[in-house]
Amino acid sequence: MKILDDRKQQIIRHGLHTAPIVCEKHSVAGSVSQRACVFCGSRVVLYPITDALHLVHGPIGCAAYTWDIRGAQSSGEQLYRNSFSTDLREMDVIYGGEKKLYHALCELIDAHQPRAAFVYSTCIVGVIGDDVGAVCKRVAAEKNIPVLPVHSEGFKGTKKDGYRAACEAVYQLIGTAKDNGPIQHSINILGDFNLAGETWIIRDYYRRIGINVVACITGDARVDDIRQAHRARLNLVQCSGSMAALGAMMERDYHIPLKRVSYFGIEDMSAALYEAAKFFGDDPEILRRAEKLVRDEVGKIYPHLREFRKKLAGKKAAIYVGGAFKAFSLVRALKMLGMRTAVVGSQTGGPEDYRQLQEICDPGTVIVDDATPLELAQFCLEQDVDLLIGGVKERPIAYKMGIAFCDHNHERKEPLAGFVGMLNFAREVCNSVTSPVWQFAPRRRGRSLSATGNREMAA
Amino acid sequence: MLNGTTAEIKPRTALRINPAKTCQPIGAMYAALGIHRCMPHSHGSQGCCAYHRSHLTRHYKDPVMATTSSFTEGSSVFGGLSNLTQALKNIFTIYQPDIVAVHTTCLSEVIGDDIPMMIKKATEDNTIPAGKHVIHTNTPSFVGSHVTGYSNMVRSIIKYLAQSSGGTRDQLNVIPGFVDPADMREIKRLCAMMGVNIVMLPDTSGVLDTPQDGHYQMYPKGGTTIEQIKGMGDSIATLALGHFGAHPAAAELEAKCNVPAGFLELPIGLTCTDKFIDALRQYGSTDVPESIEEERGRLVDLMSDLHQYFYRKRVAIAGDPDHLISMVQFLVELDMQPAYVITGTPGQHFERRIKDLLKEHAPNAVVKQNTDLFELHQLMKQEPVDLLIANTYGKYIARAENVPFVRLGFPILDRTGHRLFPAVGYTGAMRYIEKINDALLDQKDRECEEEWFELVQ
Repeated sequence: MKILDDRKQQIIRHGLHTAPIVCEKHSVAGSVSQRACVFCGSRVVLYPITDALHLVHGPIGCAAYTWDIRGAQSSGEQLYRNSFSTDLREMDVIYGGEKKLYHALCELIDAHQPRAAFVYSTCIVGVIGDDVGAVCKRVAAEKNIPVLPVHSEGFKGTKKDGYRAACEAVYQLIGTAKDNGPIQHSINILGDFNLAGETWIIRDYYRRIGINVVACITGDARVDDIRQAHRARLNLVQCSGSMAALGAMMERDYHIPLKRVSYFGIEDMSAALYEAAKFFGDDPEILRRAEKLVRDEVGKIYPHLREFRKKLAGKKAAIYVGGAFKAFSLVRALKMLGMRTAVVGSQTGGPEDYRQLQEICDPGTVIVDDATPLELAQFCLEQDVDLLIGGVKERPIAYKMGIAFCDHNHERKEPLAGFVGMLNFAREVCNSVTSPVWQFAPRRRGRSLSATGNREMAA
Repeated sequence: MLNGTTAEIKPRTALRINPAKTCQPIGAMYAALGIHRCMPHSHGSQGCCAYHRSHLTRHYKDPVMATTSSFTEGSSVFGGLSNLTQALKNIFTIYQPDIVAVHTTCLSEVIGDDIPMMIKKATEDNTIPAGKHVIHTNTPSFVGSHVTGYSNMVRSIIKYLAQSSGGTRDQLNVIPGFVDPADMREIKRLCAMMGVNIVMLPDTSGVLDTPQDGHYQMYPKGGTTIEQIKGMGDSIATLALGHFGAHPAAAELEAKCNVPAGFLELPIGLTCTDKFIDALRQYGSTDVPESIEEERGRLVDLMSDLHQYFYRKRVAIAGDPDHLISMVQFLVELDMQPAYVITGTPGQHFERRIKDLLKEHAPNAVVKQNTDLFELHQLMKQEPVDLLIANTYGKYIARAENVPFVRLGFPILDRTGHRLFPAVGYTGAMRYIEKINDALLDQKDRECEEEWFELVQ
């Protein structure tokens, strides 16, 4: 396989390379990048704010491709799942789209009475020079709700810049609630998006150990909760890329400390609970309850995990995810199942992320930033992995090669967070890895189907 | 999610709610995948490319390859020349396609990038290796829809590659509209049964419906080869299937190489397939074999068997214009009553043609181009229907109104049949009869009172 000289430093083999990986680069023009754009980053982060209006200002495509594609669930409002767009046409490009945007906003707000509105700028809005901010201000004054511009022109950087634009937009809401006093033993959950209902699981854990959750940003989020997010005492930030900026802004302006956590896998989930419990050390009961919760929950799933481990021990996995932070948890969770991570990559990891990845991976692991499908496929074959963890674009590549797959992105159908999520993850991985279908892939013919060896294949 | 939809239709001046279309570039990308060993290239921000690939992957469940110019703020100010040049270099170095098919995006259109000039420069600078091709089409996202983009790309392929050598080849060109690989496969099967030698462009069968063979292939076996496309200029005639998706390319070929164009509609349903078979018979100077007569006979037999379940049923249908023009004819053949026929794609021909088709059978039908699924839902609230036919996005309405639902067209993100089984031809017609009948009877079995729950239907 040919790898561009420009890209060579974005791939390292742990134990063989001493130079640090090169990352946070713009994708090389002409590569089949798995990455998306600024708009994409903003849209996925803000989309789960369920009682807000989300209006995409641009030609129809940006709204069409992001219409309800993320299984971020809501316990109430469903407004956010609709696709609203100004559907800019040729005349708008020539004469400007501000008027159209104004009318679209007014029509929507009159019809739905949302708690707030987000207006996403797309590529051409940045080029034709619409003053989105001014239109938003005008509508906000007329309709008396927050109308927030999201500066998410696609070409202005990477998906990560889109996260930042989203954080800046949502930050406009924080601190606008009537009540201002701090809430005792309270947290905000940042960077969980309630895919398959995961925020509900996590929120429930915190509730059970006596911690108040003020706002989830943005899983199953409500505008009014976000407005009072500044009343929390601690921010727990998951998914390093997407919400770290918001955490930092709140630390700067409201002096709310932040801790990075992850809810995937037993170790990380437990650590996330203990971190918060220890923070509220004035009430030792919280830690005691956390310990009990972990004990109870782990006790429930552990016997099942052992069964899965028996079947999965010694199998190899490749991981390709958006944010590197998720990869840490996955490497650890796979370890718990007796599996080794042979290939790991991310779209948006930073230098520190990749350094940490090297720490937890075994020597020989291929670590790759912004992989192309060709590279990914090649490394999967070369390392002869049994499983690929990725998103929508990776799934069919795995299947064509006769490799099991687990979606750890928008299209997960089962919650993978929390203790119950670890069990779901183990079940999903095991079911896919041991599926009899892979024996029909010619490449795999003659290999044992499962680690238990009870389903030997015909050669 | 659609609880707020009301029957009262207020005029909207500026707003699109739940679109029945998407943007041009995805259609261009799909069409380009129908050339053998082609790398589609998106000249714009990398998000466009990622979205199109994801969306196509969700529909076809196959890997979808395409590259991007990865625009930055700099490119949006200074133009995308250096991005495209670097991209072409990289693409030919790493991915080694035979051809790169560039399409624009809203961004590169608005900043006014001159792609032909850039390709010319790349040719002069030897950025394009000998024997390799780079072609382009303009696909501004703020004009037309994904169908327009498909049509533009097919037309550009012809424009760049088809040649007239002065001689004639004993072959017909077939240009399908924006249909699935399974449809293209079925069209080829019918042509083979007719004994007519064809070149089909584009041909995504064997590209986006590849078998699982334990390997990942960047360029699968399928797709029209460049040699075949060049030879299209010497064919006896072109059959273009679909006013919106296919006719412009056929007209281009007629103008360029003097290959007579036969303008047909997509062969969906009985009559439209008949017309296609008849055109093959005429242009190919052949007879219709008994095997096709029998296939048709089985379809008519099925229509007779089930006509009592279909007649006068009111249908709402949304989708791409070429699909709808043919499907509406099929619904009329089934004696169903198209009540609302809508597309998001702009184009007057759609309304004219459908109204003409329905003027006797369903003169009160509401027919609209350039509208959206929100409006369709409002119409259905005014007077309900017995069946909804649409792409996946129709499912929200079907659920809200508890109406039987059959999926047709692009995209279908939540079912798999379209990947393997055609909508076109007599086989496709039989398949859709089965789908419609199942949807209607499943609904009845689920919803009717106990005394009306029947074993035999």
